[in-house]
Amino acid sequence: MNINIYAIGQVPVVALSGALDGPAAIEVRDKINELLPLHESVVIDLSGTTCVSSASLRTMLLIYRQAQALGRTVAVVGLTPEVHNVLDATGFLDFFVVAGSVDDGAVAASARAEEGLNREHALSGS
Amino acid sequence: MSTPYLVRDRIDSFPTDNIAGYGVRAGRVQPLGATLVPGGVNFAVFAGPASAVSIVLFKIGQSTPMVELPIPQDYRIGRVWAMTVFGLPYDDIEYGFRVSGPKHPTINDRYDPDVILSDPYSKILMGQQEWGRPPDDAGIYRYRSRLAFDDFDWEGDSPLRIPPDDLVIYEAHVRGFTKRPTSGVANPGTYAGLIEKIPYLQELGVNCVELLPIFEFDEFGNSRRNDDTGELLLNYWGYNTVGFFAPKAGYAATGRFGMQCDEVKHLVKAMHAAGIEVLLDVVFNHTAEGNENGPAISFRGLDNNTYYMMTQEGYYFNFSGTGNTFNSNNPVVRDFIVSCLRYWASEYHIDGFRFDLAAIMDRDEHGVPLPNPPLIEALAYDPVLRDCKLIAEAWDAGGLYQVGSFPNYHRWSEWNGKYRDTLRRFLKGDEAVVGELATRIAGSPDLYKHRGARASINFLTCHDGFTLMDLFSYNDKHNLANGENNNDGANDNNSWNCGAEGPTDDPEINELRLRQMKNAFLLLLTSRGIPMVLSGDEVARSQSGNNNGYCQDNELSWFDWSQVDSNTDLIQFVRNVIAFRRAHPVLRGMHHPSSMDPLDCDHPEVSWHGVRAWQPDWSPGSRLLGVMWCGHHLDQFASPDYVYVAANAHWDQHELQLPVLDDGWVWHLFADTSQGPVGAVAPGSETLVRNPHSYPIGPRSVVAMVGRNTRTN
Repeated sequence: MNINIYAIGQVPVVALSGALDGPAAIEVRDKINELLPLHESVVIDLSGTTCVSSASLRTMLLIYRQAQALGRTVAVVGLTPEVHNVLDATGFLDFFVVAGSVDDGAVAASARAEEGLNREHALSGS
Repeated sequence: MSTPYLVRDRIDSFPTDNIAGYGVRAGRVQPLGATLVPGGVNFAVFAGPASAVSIVLFKIGQSTPMVELPIPQDYRIGRVWAMTVFGLPYDDIEYGFRVSGPKHPTINDRYDPDVILSDPYSKILMGQQEWGRPPDDAGIYRYRSRLAFDDFDWEGDSPLRIPPDDLVIYEAHVRGFTKRPTSGVANPGTYAGLIEKIPYLQELGVNCVELLPIFEFDEFGNSRRNDDTGELLLNYWGYNTVGFFAPKAGYAATGRFGMQCDEVKHLVKAMHAAGIEVLLDVVFNHTAEGNENGPAISFRGLDNNTYYMMTQEGYYFNFSGTGNTFNSNNPVVRDFIVSCLRYWASEYHIDGFRFDLAAIMDRDEHGVPLPNPPLIEALAYDPVLRDCKLIAEAWDAGGLYQVGSFPNYHRWSEWNGKYRDTLRRFLKGDEAVVGELATRIAGSPDLYKHRGARASINFLTCHDGFTLMDLFSYNDKHNLANGENNNDGANDNNSWNCGAEGPTDDPEINELRLRQMKNAFLLLLTSRGIPMVLSGDEVARSQSGNNNGYCQDNELSWFDWSQVDSNTDLIQFVRNVIAFRRAHPVLRGMHHPSSMDPLDCDHPEVSWHGVRAWQPDWSPGSRLLGVMWCGHHLDQFASPDYVYVAANAHWDQHELQLPVLDDGWVWHLFADTSQGPVGAVAPGSETLVRNPHSYPIGPRSVVAMVGRNTRTN
């Protein structure tokens, strides 16, 4: 599993290539955990992944929960129809911002993050 | 071992010994099964008087073990062997147990150390994750236990706790409901497919789905080829459990990934969001291990003598008709069952359970019925299961029939087979049924006097027997497709073909069949008790007269969604009648109605009528009954709710004399099954009955009316 991290504007993109099995998913999770405290939103690009295991799908959900805890937004792009179907059938898909391209993902994630911030401000009265 | 899986934050996070290169320590005996603990996996297994137990570990999908770890003798507490193994790639392993028997086995012991056994507490079982894919008989371990992750995000979901009296139950088969291409779902025949059809269920108006078995089973168990057609006949219904804690992987769109647990939870969450409860049909009366000729999957090799009712000669009691009988009231087995149901109620938010052949659960280890069966009592009083519906199919295949007498502790409901038989006999026009019909409509007080009407699950059809369409299309069963020379399936169906056996072009016969189906729905949904409807009956689904479709994994059983478009009148009728039931609480009262009038309002809660008002004809030749409900007795401060239902099973029309209502109140017609095209209006839009004193009821028809106050309405 290769992990390539670059940025689109302020949004880091974590581009994965290779087999996303259990150990690789742990590595991805750790990398993203380093990014989340520093950025409002992160994009995960799965278009280079060759296969996805159930462990890795669970890891993605774990990433979502960690992002949620920090008030961050994660967008996912490059879902194969099979992975999209699995995430949809298990309800996992509802937790991600899904986009058709990395650029769209960055925009969508930023928009969702801003939405979240505005909601937070509204609730706190600030 | 790789470090990513280690979490060292407790004193007992560290091994004390090393076996085959793995750090281990004495494990925790509770909970039984495989559990993630800090740094490792805890394995705990009850193995009777076994002399040795090993944990056999495989990498996922590998045919040979990666290691076998014998559990040291001093890790055993009582008859539970427990060991924590550290550093395991918990998301990439499958496990089993190898068990050696005692030095001096009894006649009922079946230990075999050559066999790798599944964990009966396994939360995931793999090996049959693709429905219909032939199993690898040469493999050394077929039903593979895996660890499950209990980290599903329920987003605040909890069991719905719908009052039992308000339920309308819809019995459905997960695979059959969406398997046909006409379903149009993305994942036919799966839990995910069922989710896509939730809007249909909402529109129908049901608020509870009862699913045929979803505990892991092997569809190839007892499979065979039909000698005449060559068709492979699989175990389609699933009453043959392999894993009680694991959902059927072959029903999951994500089964290949081992994510069936999440998919089922997603289904339950979606159902709850739509206001629909989920009940599971559970099969604790027997297991897939069969009799002495069957395989050792788990229980047989762990402690056969505890888990099964055995004769003194070493044979299996067969009260289930399938080969063995689960020894439910043995304390160990009882604990297993209670634990299992607690698991489904808490982990999956399941709203209740229907127990197949539940009378078996009354028997002791010798098969003798117990007056106070510990298991039934334990389930009734269990704190975790307190809000769960408990429904018994209160008979078994050994002749124990307990409808009305099932030990209930004021908690259990029963499939009321007498309701089914009475309504069927009435609708086909049998003599001397009117009296019993009244008893059934009133919630069967003869059976459930001290338990209330909610003890009665009323139904005319279920997975066993004819569909509703076939009930009015066939006099006899036609089960040749099952490959048993038509010897299987019930013979006492109380069916009537309306004049022709099977499909016909005769418009009068087809119109009568449609009317009879509407009659059935209208009577069912205006009876006290809890109604249950068989999936597909609302679109006139037929199984071509097969009344035992257990092995028909094909279009004979699968719901045909094109019938929704071709049966719009019937389905609209059913929707309206379900809504009618919801609109009139007097039809749903939890108690049995009284013919007394303590409020002195001139109308008792229930009154019976014949052709003449207030004069029911209970004579053997009578085939007409009217019932009037007065809702004042449910809530005397609300407006009275008058509902009148009259059923005419005679072949002639009759002029009904309508009961007189209070001043200003007049009857409005909700339904007349002889009037097309739908035969029932949306509740609230009933039309005034022109003659307030009488109404012509057509032959073999049912009418329903409501009283409205002309001064206020």
